[in-house]
Amino acid sequence: MKLSEIVRKLDLNVQAGEDALDIEVTGGYAADLLSCAMAGARRGNLWVTLQGHLNVIAIATLDELAGVIVSESKPVAHDALAKAQEEHLPILTTSMTTFEVAGRLWEIGIRV
Amino acid sequence: MTSTTEVYKAQELLYELKIGDVMIRRVITVEPGTRMRDFKNLMRDNRISGTPVVEDGKLAGIVSIEDLIRALEQRDMDAPVSQFMTTQLHTVDEHDSVGRALKKFAQTRVGRLPVVDEQGGLVGIITPDDVTRGVLKALQNAYHEEEVRRYRASHIFEDIASDKTSLVLRYNVPLRDFDQAGRASSQLKQTLNRLGIHPRIVRRVAIVSYEAEMNIVIHSTTGGTLVGEVTPTAISLLAVDQGPGIPDIKLAQQPGFSTAPDWIREMGFGAGMGLANIKSVADDMHVTSLVGEGTKLTAVIYLNPSEGKAE
Repeated sequence: MKLSEIVRKLDLNVQAGEDALDIEVTGGYAADLLSCAMAGARRGNLWVTLQGHLNVIAIATLDELAGVIVSESKPVAHDALAKAQEEHLPILTTSMTTFEVAGRLWEIGIRV
Repeated sequence: MTSTTEVYKAQELLYELKIGDVMIRRVITVEPGTRMRDFKNLMRDNRISGTPVVEDGKLAGIVSIEDLIRALEQRDMDAPVSQFMTTQLHTVDEHDSVGRALKKFAQTRVGRLPVVDEQGGLVGIITPDDVTRGVLKALQNAYHEEEVRRYRASHIFEDIASDKTSLVLRYNVPLRDFDQAGRASSQLKQTLNRLGIHPRIVRRVAIVSYEAEMNIVIHSTTGGTLVGEVTPTAISLLAVDQGPGIPDIKLAQQPGFSTAPDWIREMGFGAGMGLANIKSVADDMHVTSLVGEGTKLTAVIYLNPSEGKAE
């Protein structure tokens, strides 16, 4: 499923990387520990986390993720958004909790 | 490619390949009111052995050759297919893996599964043959890509005459500079990709270099250096700093052990998984450290899959 479709279905707010929403999402991963995300998330995955700082962008680009969903309306740092824009990495925010986001993603067919 | 890696690859493909990638999208369908006689002709003309029954765009049932035999036995070929079709339906979602479809074939013993969307609309049909064909095609593509990559990677060094040739990539890692953190790893990764190194190897190197880089950013006293060395057979990584040193290396390698301060942990670092992660993806890892003098970490990842870890 395309990321743009997920954005629409889950009503996510696109904070950066709106030019890169046409990507096919290969699965999902949820964690707030960066080491876990680095080792566990796969190329094309959508990463759900509470972290909204610059290092999230580093991990997401290293792992070639499709995008990052920052849950519970946690603020995303300005420098992180600027970097994400530069890297064409979609940053999406929502008021849902990580648990809810993961559940909704699973429901629409996004698997591990 | 050894036979075990091939099996591994095939299994991986069963989860990577989605039903939507291999299913037949242009499905021949009948309506509940279609007569069994017409269904028989449709099967003969299209050389198929069953078809979904669709009413107003929604899947209503499935009718197959077994149902046709019953109709023939009962000499009731003018009856509508709704009278003979199966309405207890097993369906799959196009976003599910083909592995899931295979499981369902095994559980239900049906020969075809209708693929439906969230609203119950029919989007395709899948048979075990489609899965086999899809997996074989994907394997063939993967094999071809692998050949090309290996050719490119093995030819980097071909025209250089020396007893031992290697490419050394050196990166400075500044202390506590979280804005620059990850820069060395992403540049190293980019370079390895350009050299045509296999993505699975690159991924493992990236995990090692990122963890090593973050260790220097977080724990060193003055920053440090990250050095990647590419040889025709392996990629080795060296991470060096000038202090403070690790008092108990064995303890530091235990998953979950961390000395990171709270503010760093709040950013999601310091989970105590760094060295453990490196150890799990590298083929070889070695840490030496002297308190007050510094730490040196070396990790090796072999390019030849038979020498290295699968992932």
